Formats: sequence, structure tokens, C-alpha cells
Amino acid sequence: MCPTRTPTEQEKHGRRGRPITDRDANEINRVEELSYDLKVRDVMTAKLFTTTPQASLFDVLELLRLNRISGVPVIQDDELVGIISIEDIVRAMERNDLTELVGQYMTRALATVFNYDSIYKAMQTFAERKVGRLPVVDETNRLVGMITKGDITRGILTALQKDYKEEEVRRYRASHLFEDIISDRTTLVLRYNIKAHDFTHGGNASSNIKRALLRLGADPQIARRCGIAVYEAEMNLIIHTTHGGILKLEVEPHRITMSTTDDGPGISDVNQVLQPGYSTATEQVREMGFGAGMGLVNIKRCVDSMDIESTVGKGTKLIMRIHVPTENFNGRKDG
Amino acid sequence: MNLRDIIKLADGSLLTQGVNTNIQISGGYGADLMSDVLAASQSDAVLLTGLTNPQVVRTAQMAEFRAIIFVRGKQPQPETLRIAMQENIPLITSPFGMFELCGRLHKAGLPSFESNVSN
Repeated sequence: MCPTRTPTEQEKHGRRGRPITDRDANEINRVEELSYDLKVRDVMTAKLFTTTPQASLFDVLELLRLNRISGVPVIQDDELVGIISIEDIVRAMERNDLTELVGQYMTRALATVFNYDSIYKAMQTFAERKVGRLPVVDETNRLVGMITKGDITRGILTALQKDYKEEEVRRYRASHLFEDIISDRTTLVLRYNIKAHDFTHGGNASSNIKRALLRLGADPQIARRCGIAVYEAEMNLIIHTTHGGILKLEVEPHRITMSTTDDGPGISDVNQVLQPGYSTATEQVREMGFGAGMGLVNIKRCVDSMDIESTVGKGTKLIMRIHVPTENFNGRKDG
Repeated sequence: MNLRDIIKLADGSLLTQGVNTNIQISGGYGADLMSDVLAASQSDAVLLTGLTNPQVVRTAQMAEFRAIIFVRGKQPQPETLRIAMQENIPLITSPFGMFELCGRLHKAGLPSFESNVSN
């Protein structure tokens, strides 16, 4: 925003020069909204072809033909002095006058729009002045672009398409959860009941956890580390526990905590199970590709911190934490 | 190389219908020990294995493999196939043994995606 320019009508008065009520707000559709939100500079053509009053109409005709445009602004001493369009050239052709100079045939009384005007303002000007294109100037009256009705239609369609895409992504992503719900500390908790010896479904919970993390906007590398750690932990519940256990995922903007809790049999020597290669797995489990004594070692490598507490006859609790760098989970900055 | 090249080199049959065989495969990993796969693999590789249980697909999913090839002409269990279809992970069966198939793919230029586990 330029501090020196005058505020636009919308900024001064809101919609159509009067304050917007809730009822109005309900009636405004997205296209109407966009015609205020979108500025001329968002849709105008900034790549400019210009000519001078001293150029011949024949040259302009070539310029228009080669670039497939229907009119160009006329500049003299860095100032916009007129516009010359196909209609002006047709007038000249009727008089067999193509060797004449631009200055002779150009339109001088010019309507312009500011680059910070809304496209609604531009549409009004189009309707009032009955012209097909308008030069766009900045607050110092310097020519910065051209706008046509086609530019406006294209601009609105592009914006609508972008809106639609953003909404789709937003609906798919659940990451806005952390923005929409305000609290001092928001935690999303997912719980999964894991059955002992249910090898067929082994990994289903981990698969759902990984998918949830990705939908929540977690970095793919972090989701992969969580997936591997939680999968090993899930398989441990299936392989080793008496009655299965609970797998829990807690997501906070700055941290992901995964934990398993079971009620037995418990581990007699925790240090021993942390040794690579130590395993109590059965032959059946080994045939499935697990039980090589690498589970906890793997988990430890994937997470930032791992704590294991166990009492024989009571059960085991395993807690795994991964820190999320700020601006993960959809850019939310949180400590 | 893409999955189609790999299926050709493996003389393999695609078991999951409707998957995109144009996907790029960056490397290979051969193992029957899923913990090893989880511990030491990199993303976007193809997994060569003799195991056919559903855990193979879950492992591949967690470690982000692009496809699984069963060696020695093995066929996956029905649940394995079901999960693979659901998770969109291509399954292929190849008549070659593990050693020979690893050799063929490596010789054709597919790098090893097995990293060293330092412990």
C-alpha cells in the first residue's frame, strides 16, 4: 500500500459506498467478493507495447498484427498522451491514410484506472466510457499496464480456481485443526487397541497413524520416522504381550508422542532388550521377518527420545517422542 | 529406471492390477528380515523378498518402498494382496532367486539402497 494515495471507495465506504451488514454479507457471492478483492494490478497486462505520436499508422498496424493485440497506449516524454486502437486505424484506412501519424488518429480524452483500484471500479469505467481497454497508471500517473474485459474475466476465473483448489487441499488436510481450535495447548490424541498375536492386522494402526500425520501436515521425513518407530512398537505388542495393549499417538504442534502400554508379561532386564540382536521371539515370529532383536534399537534410532519402563507381572510402557521443528503442521509457529 | 524396466529385468508378473508402471525406482533392497528393512533402507526403492505375509506390505509402506518383488516365484497371501491394493503398492512375482535377481537389477544399473547399520 502506498501511504500517499487516496483510499479506494471500498476502503472508505465498504460495498457500494455503505457499511456491510450481516445480511448483505450472506448475499454476496464469491464473484462479487472477488470483484472487490482483486485489484487491477492483479489482472492487468504489465508487459506493454507502446507507440509514440510520431509513429506511422502502418507501423502500429504491424505492431498490433504481430502481437495479436487490438490497441496500444501512446507515450510522449514518458507521459501517456493517448491510445490508438484497431478502430482508429480502420477509420484511417477508410480515408486511405495509413501513412498518417499516430498523433492524428489516436484517442486523446483518456479514461484511466489506477493499479490499486478494484476490478469492480474498472468494470464501472468500462461501462461508463464504452471502451474495450483501459490504460493502468500508478499513483504518480505513470503508465504501468493495460486492462481489458478479457483480463478481468480471466482474473476472476483463475482466482475462483485457486480458491477451489485451496479449499480441496484444506478439506483433505486436517492441519487447520491446530489453527481453528484455540487453546493454550492443543493435543490431538489417537488411540488404537492392539490384539496380542493378531499378525494379520499387524501394522494397520501404524499405517493409520502415518496417514494421519501426513494429513496433519507433518514433514514427510518426520512421518517416515514416526511410521517406522510406531510400527516396530505395534509389532512388539502383537508379538510379546499377553493380552495386547494400547497404542497411542499424541500430536501437538511442536511434538509428536507415541506410546504403547500393556499389562504383561513385563521385561525383567530392560538393558538386555536394548542390546541389538537380543530376542525372545518364537520361530513363528522369526519366519515373519521379525524377532531379530532389532525392534527397540530401530525405534531408538528413529525418535528423539525413548523411555521404557517395565515391571515383570505388571506390564511395560514405552514412550517415544519426536520434536517437530517450528512451522511444521501448516506453518504454525509454536514453541 | 522405472517399474516397467524392472518387471522386464525380473521376468516378473504384476499381481496388482491398475498400478502405474511408469513410477521411478531409485534403488533396490533385498531382505527377508523386516527389521533390517526398517532399519537400513532409503525411500523410493524396490523391495526384493522371500516373505509373503501382510507385514511385508506394511513394512514397505512405513519405509516408503515403491514396489515389492517376491523372489523364487512366490505368491502373496490373499491378505497381503488386499493390503497392497488398498495402499497402492505394486506387487510383482519373479521366477528368479534372491541372489540372481539382486544381481540382475544391480548389473542393469539399479543402485543398492541398503545402508550400513552401525551397531
